[in-house]
Amino acid sequence: MDMDWIWGLVGGLLIGLGGAVYLLGNGRIMGASGILGGLVDGTGRGSAGERAMFILGLVATPLVLSVLFRPDIATHLTDDYAVVIAAGLLVGVGTRIANGCTSGHGVCGISRLSLRGIVATVFYILAGGLTLVLFRHVLGVI
Amino acid sequence: MRFLLALVAGALFGAGLFLSGMTDTTKVQGWLDVFGNWDPTLAFVMAGAILPMAVAWRLTAARKPLTGGAFPAPSRPELDHRLITGSVLFGMGWGLAGLCPGPAMASLSYGGLGGVIFLVSMMAGMALAPGIGGKLDRLASAA
Repeated sequence: MDMDWIWGLVGGLLIGLGGAVYLLGNGRIMGASGILGGLVDGTGRGSAGERAMFILGLVATPLVLSVLFRPDIATHLTDDYAVVIAAGLLVGVGTRIANGCTSGHGVCGISRLSLRGIVATVFYILAGGLTLVLFRHVLGVI
Repeated sequence: MRFLLALVAGALFGAGLFLSGMTDTTKVQGWLDVFGNWDPTLAFVMAGAILPMAVAWRLTAARKPLTGGAFPAPSRPELDHRLITGSVLFGMGWGLAGLCPGPAMASLSYGGLGGVIFLVSMMAGMALAPGIGGKLDRLASAA
């Protein structure tokens, strides 16, 4: 537990390094919702190949790392599927309407001091915190 | 070359999400839950990720991407209703489940049935977003 922040920092550096490779190499902003969303709604058809390769890498390394080092790893996602579906829909709709998520607006936006990235991050963290507090501590459903 | 770099970027992103613990919803919800047992890890992940990215943005000045083309246009200064409404909707879903798009994909191999249901719902939401966004635009212009 005490080491968690070091792993957070190390993992964060790798995330930022990935974003740097995608930016300096391909000239693109590494935003998870944008990369996947462009494949889902067809707006990213022209760059479907590199999007698919990015997602392949994103899925493959945690697969390999978990098998090698942490076979016990779990996401601890709620097993209330109504909550899972509602949350998934909200995340999908919201990130596409806002044109970014934690990686695009958060990591890539804040690091270039983009006002839009900073404002988006403030709003999704506030909304996330209020929603969690409401549903966990007030309503007691999650 | 573009494909290889995209694969490497995705692999680094996935490794970072895995090592940082951000595919564990209890850590993400622990950060959002200021009234519970608060977990500061996410702030360290963000800080760690922003450092190399800030250097990368500096390096884009007077250069071109390795594989040609152009760097993204400068960030627009205006804040529109889409940015706010979308971020609020996203945050609500993030708080409810503790998953955002990156970790939802990264944890596919060990996220179980719930993880797949989340991913499918999220992609359905992405497919619905253009229509919902258009409705929001009409509401905003009417208001």
